[in-house]
Amino acid sequence: MERHRLVFSGSGGQGIITAAVILAEAAVLHENLIAVQTQSYGAEARGGATRSDVIISDSAIYFPKVNQPNVLICLSQEAYNKFSPIIRPGGLLITDTRYVKTYMKVDARQRELPMYQTVMEKIGKPIVFNICMLGALIGLTDFVKSESVKKVLKTRIPSDFLEINEKALDLGIKLGNAYK
Amino acid sequence: MNENLKFIQGNEVCVEAALYTGLDFFAGYPITPSTEIMEHMAKRLPKIGGKFLQMEDEIASLCAIIGASLTGHKVMTATSGPGFSLMQEALGYAIVAEIPCVIVNVQRGGSSTGIPTHVGQGDVMQARWGTHGDHAIIVMTASNHQDVFAITVDAFNMAETYRTPVILLFDEVVGHMRERIFIPKKGEISLVERLRTSVKRGVDFHPYLPREDGRLPISDFGGVHRYNVTGLVHDMWGFPSDNPKIAYGLVRHLVDKIQNNTDKIARYKEYYLEDAKTILISYGSAARSALHVVENRRGRGEKLGLLELQTLWPFPHSLVQEKCADAKYVVVVEMNTGQILQSVKICVDRPERVFLANRIDGVFITPTDIRNILRLIEGKGV
Repeated sequence: MERHRLVFSGSGGQGIITAAVILAEAAVLHENLIAVQTQSYGAEARGGATRSDVIISDSAIYFPKVNQPNVLICLSQEAYNKFSPIIRPGGLLITDTRYVKTYMKVDARQRELPMYQTVMEKIGKPIVFNICMLGALIGLTDFVKSESVKKVLKTRIPSDFLEINEKALDLGIKLGNAYK
Repeated sequence: MNENLKFIQGNEVCVEAALYTGLDFFAGYPITPSTEIMEHMAKRLPKIGGKFLQMEDEIASLCAIIGASLTGHKVMTATSGPGFSLMQEALGYAIVAEIPCVIVNVQRGGSSTGIPTHVGQGDVMQARWGTHGDHAIIVMTASNHQDVFAITVDAFNMAETYRTPVILLFDEVVGHMRERIFIPKKGEISLVERLRTSVKRGVDFHPYLPREDGRLPISDFGGVHRYNVTGLVHDMWGFPSDNPKIAYGLVRHLVDKIQNNTDKIARYKEYYLEDAKTILISYGSAARSALHVVENRRGRGEKLGLLELQTLWPFPHSLVQEKCADAKYVVVVEMNTGQILQSVKICVDRPERVFLANRIDGVFITPTDIRNILRLIEGKGV
């Protein structure tokens, strides 16, 4: 299996790290794969640039960070400015239309998705933005099955919020498929 | 799905391992990057009848677990560099009073309050010599979650065996990283339980008179025996003494019980050492980058090997000497200015052939950082 190296980036409080953890956990617990997730963030609770690295593979992973991601997701302008140059040639760059204005030429497939807009129109609650992004990622790629992610959502999300999270995931998958 | 398969942070693995050994008392004060240890203890301990206390600071945290340990509990506290500095006084007390306990230091970047959310390995010497006076100490570390579990269990076992504080020196990357782990079943790893005295109530009990095998049985404080516990130099009854013979005997006992068992305490892993021309020596999260380089270069037929130290103190002198005997070069990979490097240089015949690959900027050392040093050594330039 080809090794998947992903970088999730954005602003603190957007749920970037949670989304990365859910994806990696789905791969490990439900698809019998090996994954490592690390994060780097500032000392503040909200705001500040946040980044989480995920590697998914079928063989042992030693160095746990990602230098050149196959997939880079940027949910803030600051994250885009900072990280878009590190993308692996031929990789995939996913940005959100509301938060990021793209201006750099990168040697990668670029997908600008209206994720935030879709979440606000269809659900009305920004807290599931991260899960919609995760759905879009699954829709665009096939690293992990959506059923595996849903199994993880059931264990991690409080029951009162499960429905809107599942809805956000489905919205994201649809969006991802449309932009494939 | 395997029930024992988990995808969790290193800090959480440390908690699971501590509970596996039967830990039932934890006191601490939150500090990045060790906070998750405290959070998970707070969640887990009350459910299994244990006690969790959030203290006013790290000084009180270590003092609280020392007291709890004396009354017969398995105990732990967790902190990072700044808190570990505050603990040094009580750490010395626990060493001299011979109180088993485990102290976790999840290292952050930099000195003083440093860079809380970044990584470093700068507390290696502090763990060894942070508290004043002659003493020996056991300091252990690990680089992946399966090992974090095993080493944490080991730490509790050694604390009981040698009646001493044991320091688990993890770092931000291992503490915060998530990866898979299989939690061992009950009984899969053997545990060392508290050695209690067989002396009956009403019979003179000497709290500081070791058995012939060197082990020191304990009587739960507040139980059937009355005795004194002090940080002052003390006799076999635990009472202060300035008798030179007793002072000499106590220092020798505290140092020898650990130094003389260096080989038994040494935990390590080795990769491709049998024919290695260049040996990397590393520990903690830095060993992951070192192993990455070794696996890659072995794939190309280069004779590179890795010695991963899991026991840092007492330093496994003869082990390092033996493993590095035939190596042309030795490269120590660590995230400080060379704290283990010095110990390695003492062990080898040709210290001028020991090099350092390090990072001290709060950034996790990469395989490229190590490769650059290897290229320099091989005379290829950067």
